[in-house]
Amino acid sequence: MASVAVPAAAAPAKNRDRFRFLTGAAGLTAPLALLLIVAVLAQQAWPAMTKFSWPFLVGREWDPVHIHFGALPYIYSTVVSSALALLVAVPVGIGVAIFLAEPGQAGVRGAIGIGVELLAAVPSVVYGLWALFVMGPWVFKNLETPISDRLGWIPIFAGPPRSAAMFTAGLILAVMILPTLASISRDVIRAVPGGLREASVALGATWWETTWRVILPAARAGIIGAVVLALGRALGETIAVTMTIGNRNQISASLFEPAYSLAAVIANEFTEATGPLHSAALVELGLVLIAVTLTVNLLALGLLRLSGLAARPA
Amino acid sequence: MVESAPPRPDLRALPGASEPKVEIEEVGFYYGKFQALREVTLQVPEKRVTALIGPSGCGKSTLLRMFNRMYDLVPGTRATGKVLIAGENVLTTPRLLELRQRVGMVFQRPYSFPMSIRDNVAFAPRLLGWTRPRIEAAVRESLEGAALWDEVKDRLDQPGTGLSGGQQQRLSIARCLAVQPEVILMDEPCSALDPIATLKIEDLIHRLARDYTIVIVTHNLQQAARVADFTAFMLMNPADRCGELVEFGATVEVFNRPRDRRTEDYVTGRFG
Repeated sequence: MASVAVPAAAAPAKNRDRFRFLTGAAGLTAPLALLLIVAVLAQQAWPAMTKFSWPFLVGREWDPVHIHFGALPYIYSTVVSSALALLVAVPVGIGVAIFLAEPGQAGVRGAIGIGVELLAAVPSVVYGLWALFVMGPWVFKNLETPISDRLGWIPIFAGPPRSAAMFTAGLILAVMILPTLASISRDVIRAVPGGLREASVALGATWWETTWRVILPAARAGIIGAVVLALGRALGETIAVTMTIGNRNQISASLFEPAYSLAAVIANEFTEATGPLHSAALVELGLVLIAVTLTVNLLALGLLRLSGLAARPA
Repeated sequence: MVESAPPRPDLRALPGASEPKVEIEEVGFYYGKFQALREVTLQVPEKRVTALIGPSGCGKSTLLRMFNRMYDLVPGTRATGKVLIAGENVLTTPRLLELRQRVGMVFQRPYSFPMSIRDNVAFAPRLLGWTRPRIEAAVRESLEGAALWDEVKDRLDQPGTGLSGGQQQRLSIARCLAVQPEVILMDEPCSALDPIATLKIEDLIHRLARDYTIVIVTHNLQQAARVADFTAFMLMNPADRCGELVEFGATVEVFNRPRDRRTEDYVTGRFG
């Protein structure tokens, strides 16, 4: 060991350690919170998990009176209503983002941008009310009824349509996730270097060709990130879905029929649970909801890694 | 400030000049109400390298961007005068996209598109709807033309962004060679590169000048002296901050026997 004292370096090293400890601890809170939530839920759900085991996930019946619980219709409704929401919101959201990210007319774009972001500030229960009294009836009259009259032979459009149905829930979810999608995508598209646009235009590409072939691919990773975030919100959304999805425990191919999502069942039944097993089963639904959300997120992350997009410099 | 009529250089009077490929006639340029360029008249000789030099703000990049109307991307800009390429006025042409394929452009920073090396080069040919074999041939020829083929021939399917800065800059040159433009514009193509990569690009510019008309904007006077056959010196008029052409001529003349006092001050490093 060299005996040269370096007191000047020792103090920063100590400080650095302290700093690393602080930031490390702060960084651990998020995964720790997740672990704790899962642990507590698992503990609460334990009676149901041991009693019903795996059939809980594939069973189709939910009968608190006869203590018979199966979660499949709820899982199905949750996934389908969210997928429907993405199907509607992704193209619209990216379209809005492209428009907002364009240079020029900063005033107009700024105002519209703020409008889109304010959509995120509307409480879900207000969305639910609006969907229940305004959008639902309108959709029933102007979309569901004519579509099922003409295309009713396609199973997903089979009638008779209802105002409170999977379709309505999917649409209101689409409206609710639109701001997340649009504002993140806008920021990502704006972050694409202007030089890429110039290079493409200089090669004789039109605005559309430049956007479609250069800008969007360059922003791909970030846009997928926005979709994942939006999907997370859609899967877990409770009150607006509860108010619009019709709350009927069934798996129907038709989007125009009522359904019942995981979050909606929990919200509706928890305060009126008829016994400890019923409560445990509801907590287990919560666990399933977390699992669905996590799976979807991990799949999306994996997809990003696979396509080599996650760590690509612009 | 010396008040004098803007220079109207005549190509035929210059030694080593060829037929004019681009004729710029009394061109002016405005960003909103601000005039950035005034009465520039200049003839760019075919299959030669012409450098636009001058201190920051003199309008050299602005002038370059008039050749292919890149300024269209910036709202509130307006151009006056004429930029004739093979007799057609760029500023008013209805066939803008076609024009941009006849006038390639290389930018300061090498922006590779987020796709493979092959797709980068095939970008413009695909826009034109060329057949596969024709595109394949163009990809190879362009990469060879840009002195990049040997380095990338085994990894054409890898992303262009994985290449070094100098390689990416040659990739962007290959990208614009793919549709065989008549004119290649270069906006400080080496300013983001190290000396060795710069040297390679300069070699390449020399070779490209056999087949292409090249206009290069550069901050680097030595670079202009090394690569350009002709040099235009521009300056911002301090009175209204508007860019003007001061002198145009054979590079040796401009650097060794400048006719204008301001050119002399600039090339000898007395200001700018």
